[in-house]
Amino acid sequence: MNTKLTIAGKSFHSRLLTGTGKFSSSHMMQQAILASESELVTVALKRVDLENEQHSILQGLTHDHISLLPNTSGVRNAEEAVFAAQMAKEALGTNWVKVEIHPDAKYLLPDPIETLKACEQLVKLGFVVMPYIHADPVLCKRLEDVGAQCVMPLGAPIGTNKGLKTLDFLEIIIQQSKVPVIVDAGIGSPSHACWAMEIGADAVLVNTAIAVSKNPIQMAKAFKMAVEAGAMAYQAKLAQQTDTPQATSPLTQFLYE
Amino acid sequence: MSNFTSVLKQYNWDEQWENIHSKTPLDVARALEAKQPDLEDFTALISPAAQGYLEQMAQKSSTLTKNRFGNTMQMYAPLYLSNECQNICTYCGFSFTNKIPRRTLSDKEILMEAQFLKQKGYQHILLVTGEASQRVGVDYLYNAIALLKPHFANISVEVQPLDQQDYESLISQGLYATLVYQETYHRDTYKTHHPKGKKSNFDYRLQTPDRLARAGIHKIGIGALLGLEDWRVDSFFTALHLNYLQTTYWKTRYSISFPRLRPFSGGIDPKVQMTDADLLQLICAYRIVFEDVELSISTREPAKFRDQLVHLGITSMSAESKTNPGGYVVEPQSLEQFDISDERTTESIAQMLKNSGLEPVWKDWEPLL
Repeated sequence: MNTKLTIAGKSFHSRLLTGTGKFSSSHMMQQAILASESELVTVALKRVDLENEQHSILQGLTHDHISLLPNTSGVRNAEEAVFAAQMAKEALGTNWVKVEIHPDAKYLLPDPIETLKACEQLVKLGFVVMPYIHADPVLCKRLEDVGAQCVMPLGAPIGTNKGLKTLDFLEIIIQQSKVPVIVDAGIGSPSHACWAMEIGADAVLVNTAIAVSKNPIQMAKAFKMAVEAGAMAYQAKLAQQTDTPQATSPLTQFLYE
Repeated sequence: MSNFTSVLKQYNWDEQWENIHSKTPLDVARALEAKQPDLEDFTALISPAAQGYLEQMAQKSSTLTKNRFGNTMQMYAPLYLSNECQNICTYCGFSFTNKIPRRTLSDKEILMEAQFLKQKGYQHILLVTGEASQRVGVDYLYNAIALLKPHFANISVEVQPLDQQDYESLISQGLYATLVYQETYHRDTYKTHHPKGKKSNFDYRLQTPDRLARAGIHKIGIGALLGLEDWRVDSFFTALHLNYLQTTYWKTRYSISFPRLRPFSGGIDPKVQMTDADLLQLICAYRIVFEDVELSISTREPAKFRDQLVHLGITSMSAESKTNPGGYVVEPQSLEQFDISDERTTESIAQMLKNSGLEPVWKDWEPLL
């Protein structure tokens, strides 16, 4: 793992991506995002109001170090996602898009078929696509094949704060992936984020756990530190877990002395 | 093709009343702890046995709402287009037999009203009419949506039930959601309150959400007019309806509204009184069992009560509503459909939300999608 996160040739110091929903005010959102030191911040196209700046979710997000990552939340199929990406490009002046297609209204789980279709088309149209998907290793390889610049498998259903419920599959994805793996959705605490980084994820995306916390600014800092700690631990190589005790002073050493 | 009528026929009103009233505190405690609460848990949570658990229910509902919807409140405003109506509904100010001046807004008048709401900040509007198919039919609604689409991000309607192809036509024009309340799921009581007009057809109304979902609408709002019948049994059937819709049409979103019977000149009294505590219990029960459903509260409810509900499960609310066509600017003095209770301005509601730690959300849809 390099010290920087690189997606489609663009490098980021921070491996913590954040979201803009659920905050109690745009001021709080801004302060929390600044505290997180996140450089890639996702925003739902449907919340963007270019006509009315006073009510716009973009208010307070104009900082040089922050790149906006529009997402397609609300669309139900590939066709709508492609259209939304094109609109976002026009509105926000970026060809980066987080593809979110979750027609399932209850658990907001991503539709793998429509997501793959959308990504294939969007890549051809010149977009940098970042697909939100279930932790499905085969789907990740298929997305890689069509040119997705990263994959964003979920740890648990969005907003549940349940952590890495998909751990075994995330490990397979990380092992096999040639593009950055960003664990998205379900990360409810800094320890979850740290864990995702320890197993080798390239980055994590956190929204609800920060926005809904009693102190979003402090929680954003906690996530920043956890992501950094996890990335450092991964680079330093974690010691193996074992069921058999490994003595620091071996008992049979005398035979070789 | 299956529809909700066949589901409803499997249930008996009196048996459900018995079931609700047989619930014990143990059932309520179990419902509060359930990992995946179901309709039986809902029944326990709306039962008289749950009245002693209201604080625990409110705590749970508040946490679930915050987690799912965040510290936000979706804002919307109704825009009444017409009060012409051929139905007789005993509880409604627009009822055919009420001798009130009738008005249907012209294009120019619609835009005048729209301009008022737009400058207040609204991006989500709800178009409301009575049922007068000749004057206010599909063509009128189609035209109204076309007129308003350039000005608002999200357009919903609360109008007479339509056929599937009519909904398809309106959706293609930009319709996002439709609200259609069954009023009561008690067939005989329904007949008593809707003796004349198309609305007297219980099953056509009951199957409206089926037609809407098949037409591909994004969101459907359902509910019962609380007070026409026993609110507990009617709410059980509303939840049954919601559960049926969620499992059958899984791509559609749903919202629940809680209209309590409000007075209007010459109207009826509620058959069953629903207290504030009852309404809060119902709101919490919905949130606990249907974590993802939108719960909406209108200006029918008093200001003080609404200020508390914003933390306890509600996710969308209206403000400064007028329930008469032209009520905002065209003809503010005309007779309203029902009396508004919370008459505060949009600005003061927005400020109340901010003071309560909630961000009013004005736009949460992209109209071009």
